[in-house]
Amino acid sequence: MKHHLILKVITKFMVGVIVLFGLYVQFHGDYSPGGGFQAGVIIAAAFILYGIVMGLENVQKVMPIWFAQKAAAVGVLLYALTGFFSIIFGFEFLNYHAISPEHPKHGQHYGIILVELGVGITVTFVMIAIYYSFAGRTPHLDDKEW
Amino acid sequence: MASEIKQGTLELVNHLPILQVITPMLIAPILVVLNNKTLSWLLSFVGTLACLFISILLVQAVSDGSVLTYYLGGWIPPIGIEYRIDAANAILLFLISIISAIVLIFSYSSLYAEIPEEKHTLFYSCFLLCLTGLLGVVATADIFNVFVFLEISSLSTYVLVAQGAFLDRRALSASFNYLIMGTIGATFFVIGIGYIYMATGSLNMIDIAERVSQLGDNRTIQAGFAFIVVGMGLKLAMVPLHVWLPNAYTFAPTVVTCFLAATATKVALYVLIRFVFSVFNYEDNFVNELFFLLLMPLAVIAMIAASVIAIFKQNLKKLLAYSSLAQIGYMLLGLSLMSQKGLASSLVHMVNHGFTKAALFMSLGAFMLNTKNVYIKSLRGLGKSMPFTSGAFVIGGLSLIGVPGTAGFISKWLLLEAALETGYWLVAVLIIASSLFAVIYIWKIIEVLYFSDSSESYSEVGALILMPIWILALFCIFLGINTSLTVDVANMATEILFK
Repeated sequence: MKHHLILKVITKFMVGVIVLFGLYVQFHGDYSPGGGFQAGVIIAAAFILYGIVMGLENVQKVMPIWFAQKAAAVGVLLYALTGFFSIIFGFEFLNYHAISPEHPKHGQHYGIILVELGVGITVTFVMIAIYYSFAGRTPHLDDKEW
Repeated sequence: MASEIKQGTLELVNHLPILQVITPMLIAPILVVLNNKTLSWLLSFVGTLACLFISILLVQAVSDGSVLTYYLGGWIPPIGIEYRIDAANAILLFLISIISAIVLIFSYSSLYAEIPEEKHTLFYSCFLLCLTGLLGVVATADIFNVFVFLEISSLSTYVLVAQGAFLDRRALSASFNYLIMGTIGATFFVIGIGYIYMATGSLNMIDIAERVSQLGDNRTIQAGFAFIVVGMGLKLAMVPLHVWLPNAYTFAPTVVTCFLAATATKVALYVLIRFVFSVFNYEDNFVNELFFLLLMPLAVIAMIAASVIAIFKQNLKKLLAYSSLAQIGYMLLGLSLMSQKGLASSLVHMVNHGFTKAALFMSLGAFMLNTKNVYIKSLRGLGKSMPFTSGAFVIGGLSLIGVPGTAGFISKWLLLEAALETGYWLVAVLIIASSLFAVIYIWKIIEVLYFSDSSESYSEVGALILMPIWILALFCIFLGINTSLTVDVANMATEILFK
């Protein structure tokens, strides 16, 4: 896509906006529609868009394969550790009261944010990893073939 | 709940039901982050040992007929998710945990022959996720949670089966078939859950059971039940829905085949049992007719037809896979008799067959390390050059036939008793006929192992591979002599389920 100048310029501009919107959906998940799943998909869409327009090699410079793989695991780990945190302090698994026993409502709030963050991280990087594994398989298409 | 409490009040002992499920779930992502194949094996093994330890504690806690409950996140059911451990699922938790630990000992050295080294970390991670799913399905008392864990275990199973592609590319199509069939099964299952939720407005098993009994003859509930039976039928490889199983078992790596053959189909059958007895009303006419008119004939067909097909198979992994179908028939038959004894025999056979089939598949895997394939002709004379592996195979084979003194005898005897008690003479005759077919196909292998000369001589496999095989083989004998673990717990479980 060497000569698609407009696409490239718009993409560079849009990627930041999409990620920002994704973060908004992520952190407003506890007040309004949204949350980890939606945010993860939106943020991953930014990377996938960049990969489609700029090429797989370029997006993999920003987001290497190994990083996507490990970060996906870190998200799950964050979720599980939030649960274990409650167990260590003598509450049920994923009982967010443990995070702030004096103010259970705050505890619920923080707990939801942590868990949704874990979901968001995992969904983002799993989406990117799926894109990589599909995109990495196709033979390179020349511009003329479009 | 617990809004006034400043400090938590729960001891570590109270957390056993959840720790059973999340221990492997916590380790799985850690493996991916660390990305070291020896460390991966070590951590997985420690994790499965922890699971085994927890499951033994749980079996001890519930063996007097008590029930352990655990509220996830402190939310009281029916709003929150509840975990309930009683005798019926404690015994399965034990089976799954111990098989996973034994299989991991075997995988330490055998995995190098089957899977490229750079994939080992992800393999163990997937294995632990599969374990999490299976344990979760068994432990939970929330029907949607059952679906979620079922999908966790199924999705990781598809990946695990596909790993056989390194040796045989046909693993890919086997895995794809399994993916399609398994997904259809899961869809049916979740539609069934949807119907139940529509009719009762609840997802907690105990709560649903109460509401269903008030609803009486309700078409929505019946449709939901039918969907669940078909969905689980696909997952447990009930006979017309079994086509994914032989290929998936044949082409998967040995480690995976052992683990799946011993646990996955049993877990699906457990879900069916749980739904019949703890969610629906087992005395309901609809349920009884469905089991008598549909499941019993299918179970009998599975017993006979799959055993006959097994006789003619040249690939021994496939032979054992068909024999698994027949054994699933026994378990389904025990359930469809709808009597206490029948159900107890079904539960006991789940455990006994788990150990038996794992021992058989694992010794086949050990043969395969030397011969590179498991066609019957390449096993010639291995009884002399690999005496220990062959010995374990013979013990497993005897247990599969149901020779007195082995685990298989106990459960088949119970099943026969149950069939005679309910007055199904023909069924009892067919059970014996199916056992005779098992004699034929096991004898066929033993004859090749011991009574034919080999052109090549192989050396016996290493101690680390022999140890898990013999642990399983000794379990086959132990469970045939000491029945306190299986029969007593199963009787306790049936009393709870039939209350």
